[in-house]
Amino acid sequence: MSKGEIIGIDVGGTFTDLVMIDHQGRVRLAKSPTTPENQAYGVLAALEQGAVKLTQADLIVHGTTTTTNAVLERKLCKTGLITTFGFRDVLELGRRTRPQAYGMKGNFRPIIPRDLRLEVIERMDAQGQVVTPLDEAAVVVSAKQLLALECEAVVIHFLHSYANPAHEALAAKIVRDIWPNAFVVAGHELLAESREYERGVTAAVSASVQPLLERYIASLRHELASAGFGGEMLVMNGNGGMVSASEVSKEAAKTVMSGPASGVIAAAATGKASGIVNLITYDMGGTSTDVALIRDATPTVSSEIEVEYALPIHVPMVDVRTVGAGGGSIARVNAAGLLEVGPESAGADPGPICYGRGGQEPTISDANLLLGRFETANMQSISGQATRERVELVFQEKLGNKLGLSAVEAAAAVVRIANAKMAGAIRMVSISLGADPRDFALFAFGGAGPLHASALAKELGTPTVLVPARPGLANALGCVLADLRHDYVRTLNRPFDHLEAAELHSIFMDQIAAGEEMLDRESVDIQERRRVYSVDMQYVGQSHILRVSLDTDQPEMGEVLKRFRAVYKERFRIELEGIQAKIVNVNTSVIGVRPPLDLSKLIDPAGRMTALADAQNGQRRVFFDGVWLQAPIYWRDKLPLNFEITGPAIVEQMDTTVLLEPGDVAKGDALGNMIIRVGVL
Amino acid sequence: MSLDPITLTVIQAGLQQVCDEMDLAFSRAAFSPVIAEADDRSDGIYSAEDGSLIAQGAKGLPVFVGVMQYSTRVLIERIRDGETAPPEPGDVYIVNDPYLGGTHLMDVRFVRPVYRDGEIFCWLSNTGHWPDTGGSVPGGFSAHATSVEQEGLRLPPVKLFKRGTMDQEIFQIISSNIRVADQRIGDIKAQAAALDLGEARLAALLDRYGDDTVKAAIAELRQRAATQMRALIQEIPEGEYNSVAYVDSDGVVNEPLKICLKVTRAADFLTFDFGGSSPPCQGPMNSVLATTLSSVYLAVRHLFPEAPISAGAFEPLRVIRPEGTFLDASYPRPVSGCAAEVSQRIAEAVFAALVEAIPHRATAAPAGTSGNFALGGFDPLTGKGYVMYQLTGGGYGGSADGDGLANGCSTIGISKAQPVEILEQNYPILFRRYALHEGSGGAGKFRGGFGLDYEVELRRGEARASFVMDHGRYGPQGALGGQDGETNKVTVWRSGEAYMPPHLSKDQDIKMEPGDRVHVRTPGGGGYGDPAKRDRAAVAEDVRLGRYSSEAAGRLFNYRQSD
Repeated sequence: MSKGEIIGIDVGGTFTDLVMIDHQGRVRLAKSPTTPENQAYGVLAALEQGAVKLTQADLIVHGTTTTTNAVLERKLCKTGLITTFGFRDVLELGRRTRPQAYGMKGNFRPIIPRDLRLEVIERMDAQGQVVTPLDEAAVVVSAKQLLALECEAVVIHFLHSYANPAHEALAAKIVRDIWPNAFVVAGHELLAESREYERGVTAAVSASVQPLLERYIASLRHELASAGFGGEMLVMNGNGGMVSASEVSKEAAKTVMSGPASGVIAAAATGKASGIVNLITYDMGGTSTDVALIRDATPTVSSEIEVEYALPIHVPMVDVRTVGAGGGSIARVNAAGLLEVGPESAGADPGPICYGRGGQEPTISDANLLLGRFETANMQSISGQATRERVELVFQEKLGNKLGLSAVEAAAAVVRIANAKMAGAIRMVSISLGADPRDFALFAFGGAGPLHASALAKELGTPTVLVPARPGLANALGCVLADLRHDYVRTLNRPFDHLEAAELHSIFMDQIAAGEEMLDRESVDIQERRRVYSVDMQYVGQSHILRVSLDTDQPEMGEVLKRFRAVYKERFRIELEGIQAKIVNVNTSVIGVRPPLDLSKLIDPAGRMTALADAQNGQRRVFFDGVWLQAPIYWRDKLPLNFEITGPAIVEQMDTTVLLEPGDVAKGDALGNMIIRVGVL
Repeated sequence: MSLDPITLTVIQAGLQQVCDEMDLAFSRAAFSPVIAEADDRSDGIYSAEDGSLIAQGAKGLPVFVGVMQYSTRVLIERIRDGETAPPEPGDVYIVNDPYLGGTHLMDVRFVRPVYRDGEIFCWLSNTGHWPDTGGSVPGGFSAHATSVEQEGLRLPPVKLFKRGTMDQEIFQIISSNIRVADQRIGDIKAQAAALDLGEARLAALLDRYGDDTVKAAIAELRQRAATQMRALIQEIPEGEYNSVAYVDSDGVVNEPLKICLKVTRAADFLTFDFGGSSPPCQGPMNSVLATTLSSVYLAVRHLFPEAPISAGAFEPLRVIRPEGTFLDASYPRPVSGCAAEVSQRIAEAVFAALVEAIPHRATAAPAGTSGNFALGGFDPLTGKGYVMYQLTGGGYGGSADGDGLANGCSTIGISKAQPVEILEQNYPILFRRYALHEGSGGAGKFRGGFGLDYEVELRRGEARASFVMDHGRYGPQGALGGQDGETNKVTVWRSGEAYMPPHLSKDQDIKMEPGDRVHVRTPGGGGYGDPAKRDRAAVAEDVRLGRYSSEAAGRLFNYRQSD
């Protein structure tokens, strides 16, 4: 049982991050470049850099982008499909719109190509009644054909298998008898929800990344074992929980969005420990910005996430929305003479001009540099250097001259417009989730997040910003903080008057049993077991669903209805008493709660100064609202625990810069977080 | 008042945000799947003086680009002329009259004044596609209608909400004249709540920046949008560009309707002249002026997606009023096909005219039909009547950037198709096939995308099938040497015998018994460029994947197995 060291390792796009907490609560951190060809090397390098003694480690929790990258780059294993006669093209036709509302162009690549999509005769109807029996011999023929075509994995996806999985289960059994490995996925096993495209894509994604994930985890475990690791390894899932490495690849689709999820888990845990339980997380990196909502210390989870255009993965995942580009967003003056920021991005390569990798277009990061808001010197992610003069020249030529502004004024305009746009996007996310941003605190992390957080908070009317101790390591921290978690969704799709309480109760019981069994199989130290129940409901005739939390697995039907009407009214300010309601999905999460960890040592207490002045490291000019002001620069790790700083000021640390605007007041809390009360707009 | 460009951009983003939030609120709370799932709705801000468009939600249905400015303008004029009662704070007008700046009857607009210091500062308006507004067939798309009365209930602008309270009498008139009325109250509340929200958000914006500043910004933004559009138009070399596009028939008289278009780029204006197009038709394939104008705007925005949606951006686009043609129909011409079908053909005429001038921007013609298929009947199992309403996509045209998308949604929409499993849950039907329409993509250097091939069987009870589709006679046009996409094909199998509608893609009340099937193959997109110049490996790949037979590939692309 893990009473000793816990190691969280997250593989991100650029860096592999490590957070280790030993049995005395001491913390060690490391950051090492990600090795895309085999992420295991980067992991080993981070372990080495952190001087981790693997023989003493009890638990490694790992976040990996192996499956994410495979899907986005379509570097998938050769996977076949066996499906209902007449429906092999569902995965290609989709429920198509087009990639952009305007512009009749764009393309879509199905997860499984047409020649590997085979049909067998069988048909179930929507009530789960057999219309046409399964042609079992055809299943054998199809499986052999797919093997001959060198498929490594196979998906069995039949219409209405959520209503009656008999055909799909039988076909899966037949295929498993022939198939040389375990990479056989039946659609209903992953997701018992109606909508053939969504269920089919979820299964296809899962099957086609499963072999990759399994091989990766096996090779990593082998490498770790060779280095003396004898403990347990867990892997982060997109639902913000973790599962044991031996189980994870069976439902590989769940790992596709795990990276962003673990950052949100860290935010929820950090906020809870600090007594701030309602948060909007704001993770701004070089290439993208992610936003998520945390209510009552619980991240919002959705089962309707689209990983990219027309690629839905309908398993419960932390609802992280990408709201636009990051520091690399390019600014330009359009034909109307107006300044635009984004949507084009300089990305990570060449990146902003100030990265010195050949970037020629003015970006948000470059604007921050010109305004004195950050210096490239401290940034680990920046390799080369371009002179400030070079950046200034580009801003003058490409922006300032066209706007009648100096380069610095143009840079200020870029930041102002970028903030207004990002605030708008964050607002849209929060209201689409039924939340008013004024009721939340902004949790800023990622490399560029803390630089813009104060301004965004003002735009949003959010009074408080929380900058955690280690904004650049949130994902790795999420790994060590996450609970074990298993989610179950069952589609009912039944009006209230066609539903007995007993049926609802028995679904909850089945889901609980399945989750408890999974927890029993994972030999990880947990403090308690928790269950979360909810139903997704709507009024008959609607298509959007609303989640209604329940506090028991044996709810009374009248109470369920009452809750739904209350939630609906709160969300839409509309009462619809006369209209019948319906339960669409029944959901249970079974959670193994891990013992809490002490976060106060994320910043080494020994390095903290007793006086604020001793943490200061000079000052520099920063451009605020039309004037240059002198801002003191503090080194985050040296700040006294209970510091109080009034803006303007800059707080620098290993992987980010926090900007305090005039009027802001930042205080330290006992856990090393920085809580900023933002000044008025 | 002179404003710096930065404040302008920030206010522009703020106005846009108000509209986007209205769009979101409307969709999320709506009942009608056409609004909630298919986003067949739009919200915007319109000027106090003449209703011209200030800002519109980015996720609004494309066919509504600019269209509400016409209905708002008509409302303002009617109030001025004493034909409509003057507004008071909290009032919401309802209107769906096609001839008063509208589209078809199913698109119901709400219009609400925004007051500042006792004066109207601007108007907010939204449109939602109601699943039914009465009329001879459920859903409103009657292929055989010869007057607007057969298409549904027509509402002139009247106050549905008076000082914030719904007028129960007007509501009862409406609900007594439409099908599935019990759910409409949910849509009405959602539609009105979106405007409520918009007013609150707009007030916050005005409080922050000041009414005068925002007013000045709106005027300045309008000018600058015009400047931007003029700059974009410069990409089109000066000259005249002609095209012709056809609607199969009007559903009543089985003859094609012709759209003639001459686009002229002179100085910084684009002029659209539809002179020579067919006269108004008897059936429902007429367009009203507002829809014709917005179809031109939406086509231009497909070509220049970076252009803003505002009255200023439309200024350099001059559409000569197509009087005497079916693109400018007046009462009582039936118009249900205007927003769903004719608008798409207008867009194709614009693409076809300009593809030689701006070959990197324009595409060959997309499938261009909404694929409207309605099935109404009685299910003995549930003991209830039902109306199923299916919209489908088709192939997009090839372009300089590559092959067309397969099964894209209509040019004027941005909606997801309904899942087969959901349709089968709700109606007594069974799909036998839902597949790629093989061979349908028009041949070209970059071929058109493929349409959809579906076959659906009635399981129980009696039902009647109706269709309002198009491109059954003429496939979507190829461009720059590319060939046309395959046509739309409808076959109804009754007691084992094939029935082809005389109008090919339009018919109504086709009686069906259990076991009968409807088989639809939607159009493929037009091809772009000479098919012989298509990359041989790409042709071989299409053959390998069964998208074209090798015989068809030989014929269309001059393909040999040895290639």
